[in-house]
Amino acid sequence: MKVKALSRSAADYARETKSDIQRLPRNVDPVLHPLERAREYKRALNAAKLERMFAKPFLASLGGHIDGIYAMAKNAWDLDHITTGSGDGEVRVWSLSKQATAWRAPGAHRGMVKGICNVPGGSTDRFLSVGTDKLAKVWSRTEGAVTADGTTPEPVATYSGKHAFGAVDHHRSRPLFATSSSLVEVWDVDRSEPIANLTWGADTVNTVRMNQTEVNVLASCGTDRSVILYDLRTNSPLAKLVMTLSTNAIAWNPMEAFVFAAANEDHNVYTFDMRRMDHATNVLRDHVSAVMDVDYAPTGQELVSGSYDRSVRLWDAARGHSRDVYHTKRMQRVFCVKYTQDNAYVLSGSDDSNLRLWRARASERMGPKSNRERATIEYADKLKDRYKHVDDVRKVLRQRNIPKAIKRASQTKQDMHASRRRKEENERKTARPGSKPRAPERSKAILGVTSK
Amino acid sequence: MDRHLSEAGDTSANEESDTEKVPRTLRDAPAKSDRKKSKRQAQPDDTKEEEDEATRELQQRTQKYKRGAEASGKVRSKKAQAGIDHAQKQKAEAAKAAARSEMLLTESGGYLEAEGTERTFKFTQRQIAENVDIGSTDKMFNLKLDEFGPYSLKYSANGRHMLLGGRRGHIACVDWRNGRLGCELHVRETVRDVCWLHNESLFAVAQKKQAYIYDHTGAEVHSLTRHIEPTALGFMPHHMLLASTGMTGRVVYQDVTEGRVAGEHRSGYGPSHVLRISPYNAVAHVGHGNGVVTLWGPQQPQALAKVHCHRGPVQALALDSSGTYMATSGLDGRVRIWDIRRFEPLHEYRTARPAQALDISQRGLLAAAWGRSVSIWKDALTTRVGAPYMRHQLEADVSSAGFVPYDDVLGCGHAQGVASVLVPGAGEPNFDALVANPFQTPRQRQETEVRMLLDKLPADSVQLDPNFIGRMDPRTRAQQHSDSLADAHLRHAAARDSGAHLDSAVRNKTKGRNSTAKRYARKRNANVVDLKRLQEMERLEKDLRESAAKRRKGPLPAHETGALHRFYTEKNNTR
Repeated sequence: MKVKALSRSAADYARETKSDIQRLPRNVDPVLHPLERAREYKRALNAAKLERMFAKPFLASLGGHIDGIYAMAKNAWDLDHITTGSGDGEVRVWSLSKQATAWRAPGAHRGMVKGICNVPGGSTDRFLSVGTDKLAKVWSRTEGAVTADGTTPEPVATYSGKHAFGAVDHHRSRPLFATSSSLVEVWDVDRSEPIANLTWGADTVNTVRMNQTEVNVLASCGTDRSVILYDLRTNSPLAKLVMTLSTNAIAWNPMEAFVFAAANEDHNVYTFDMRRMDHATNVLRDHVSAVMDVDYAPTGQELVSGSYDRSVRLWDAARGHSRDVYHTKRMQRVFCVKYTQDNAYVLSGSDDSNLRLWRARASERMGPKSNRERATIEYADKLKDRYKHVDDVRKVLRQRNIPKAIKRASQTKQDMHASRRRKEENERKTARPGSKPRAPERSKAILGVTSK
Repeated sequence: MDRHLSEAGDTSANEESDTEKVPRTLRDAPAKSDRKKSKRQAQPDDTKEEEDEATRELQQRTQKYKRGAEASGKVRSKKAQAGIDHAQKQKAEAAKAAARSEMLLTESGGYLEAEGTERTFKFTQRQIAENVDIGSTDKMFNLKLDEFGPYSLKYSANGRHMLLGGRRGHIACVDWRNGRLGCELHVRETVRDVCWLHNESLFAVAQKKQAYIYDHTGAEVHSLTRHIEPTALGFMPHHMLLASTGMTGRVVYQDVTEGRVAGEHRSGYGPSHVLRISPYNAVAHVGHGNGVVTLWGPQQPQALAKVHCHRGPVQALALDSSGTYMATSGLDGRVRIWDIRRFEPLHEYRTARPAQALDISQRGLLAAAWGRSVSIWKDALTTRVGAPYMRHQLEADVSSAGFVPYDDVLGCGHAQGVASVLVPGAGEPNFDALVANPFQTPRQRQETEVRMLLDKLPADSVQLDPNFIGRMDPRTRAQQHSDSLADAHLRHAAARDSGAHLDSAVRNKTKGRNSTAKRYARKRNANVVDLKRLQEMERLEKDLRESAAKRRKGPLPAHETGALHRFYTEKNNTR
């Protein structure tokens, strides 16, 4: 007789000392895990509910400006400080960790501050501001002198232009900066006059943005509905893109140097490949009013946009609709947004003179996490991803409380789109086949592209 | 020489891999699969064969972990297709990793083998006891309880605790491995069945008039009045539902977390004594007096399936944990094995007397008890075997039998007590501590309880196919539309046949406040089809007819393709 019966010794399965963790042998045989799909689904649903329960994106509202905030700059070398400019000409530097003003220059400009940018590189804390008073000023928190009355800091340098400025951006490596007014001017910091005037038929240039990776390329957008790309090496334009409505802001993708996003008046954000601008690479549509500003996350995978509809939206760059929308009762028209360089926060500046700090992922909690905690979060994320198409989970994940005005407007917009589409389809039915081709959504808003 | 050759082979492989290490640009680097191929070529033939053998073996083991078939066909969207491909790849990798992780399993299963002219079913428990270790002999015991029998017994999910219910009112729960008595009580009325709830702190008892829940100290926690004269109990641990059947012939489900009755179904076959919950899909299998086994879900008012199993009453029923096999015994003296995926009988065994108790162990041993004897068959589910694997005689008639999970023990309740029989090779050797842990600490039990409550499945998720959640509908949108049209058509026809649309007339005619007729009409109003609804249904029907007609006709000839195209019909196609 050959016989063996199962005989487990409890000592083999017990921990040796009290400080040890318990031994938990696993067996992944599917027979021991019945109903696993249903249980997984239930866990996914729980995870989705928890995500929405913990979604508290709003962190702080930083008050101090007297007028609305119309310009904002982040510093890639300094996570803590954010510079803002307001409608009454004040410039402030905020410390995000202290949630307080770190430095201020009341009356930095007479009239609005239209643009602010930092001087790249960690060696200096200088930054530039431009205003409607036709002046561009260089400031520093450390090296600036103070006026005789002891209250207002003095700029390090001042440049005067011919027209009211709209925006400013600094070159990544060279001591150059570009401003926009009725034309794009390139300035050398050591000279009082611009070293180059770049123009291609616009009355007013809203924005100018230097590419921080492909450093000699800069993009501008004007009130004539154009987006123009310039090359600093030849001091000449590269290409001009004309859209149906004008573009308010531009952001270059920090990871893909040839991609930029354009915040448009037609409620959409368009992303373009600068090598082929006859169609957008993506159209991000959810806002119900003009998009005022857009910024890429440092990963280049996500975007944040602020709109005239009093909301901030977060986008996955590869998808067409926003993954989240932020709003508060008191937040007015949003004029500038920034994604912080640690990919964890979002900032918005609005008409109501407050700078708001948000989480980039609404339900995420800050601070160090234990391994178990991290594993649980990863498991929950995976479950949500796997079951995101199932009705109940999708419903929970998509649920957002949206202000009535936005909801109503988006409903109206949807109806309008549907009826327009229906009308086109009807026309197509009665027209000769092929005479009314369907235009792709990605090139509908593009009137033309000219290259030089 | 061989060694030399293989060394030479190795060095060449090394050289090759060295050169490969530094591709000048990304494009120069060979694809991953190419690299693997080139390495394999460099190896000698015998190692290659070994490797092939190993991969083949791994593939075989992987089969077990492949959940469902691979998605066939392509979808039109490239993005969606890429997502599907990625998921498939991950699934395959996970299956392979699971197969590889088998080497981490520490225990191997028990066995009993005959040598020479011996036959395994001739071995007595005493002979076995002489040949196994002392820990295993401790598991053979006989409790002499001749006052309150016959006994029914159940083991907890981790096999640690035993629950005894004597027909004449004796209830006891025992930590049988340590021989520690948990609680003991006498209810002084008939006890027909006992059942553990989600862990060993609570259990349910089917008593004379109704069911009760007791806790581990023996205190009565709840009386379940909706279970009238229950005869058999079953518990669904993932749904936290207690199911019972009884003399009324009803199947009653009660949620033990909320106390709510989750479902109460009339089987219509009279009193029944047999109920088992499938571990695979949590469907309740109920055996009836006319030889039918009905399958029930808590929220479906009709039986999910009815299987006519025997010519006489169904005596006992057992289900295997993979959801493939069902064993039934009837008063006709047969034990039948069924494929419950297809509801087909596979084969049958004749027993000397009708089997009173059946059970299937985790590793697929079938135990059948009739009279005083218990027979255990090996591989009896897959094939029809001649001789049993083991046999055992008890001192009184057996009333219930159950294998201990994760152990090689069969427990038998009989008229004069309870016997524990060693059956080598019955239990799953490697337990998953997160599913059922025989060495569970009180703290772990508490945590598991919370986890079970969080993961509690809704009662309506019980279906014959447990994997229906999250499955893709392979139909196209057009197909779905036409199917729903056809459904509406059928429903309309059924409503018209049943005369449900006449109910609205009843409602209009009645005058009294609360007459019987009015109450009846109100009741039927759930299915009222009024004029508007009828018109809608007519429209649907018309749609259906037209679309069918269009399909018959085929496309229009392509003479005129311009704007006037739509004015042409088949008839006046020549202008």
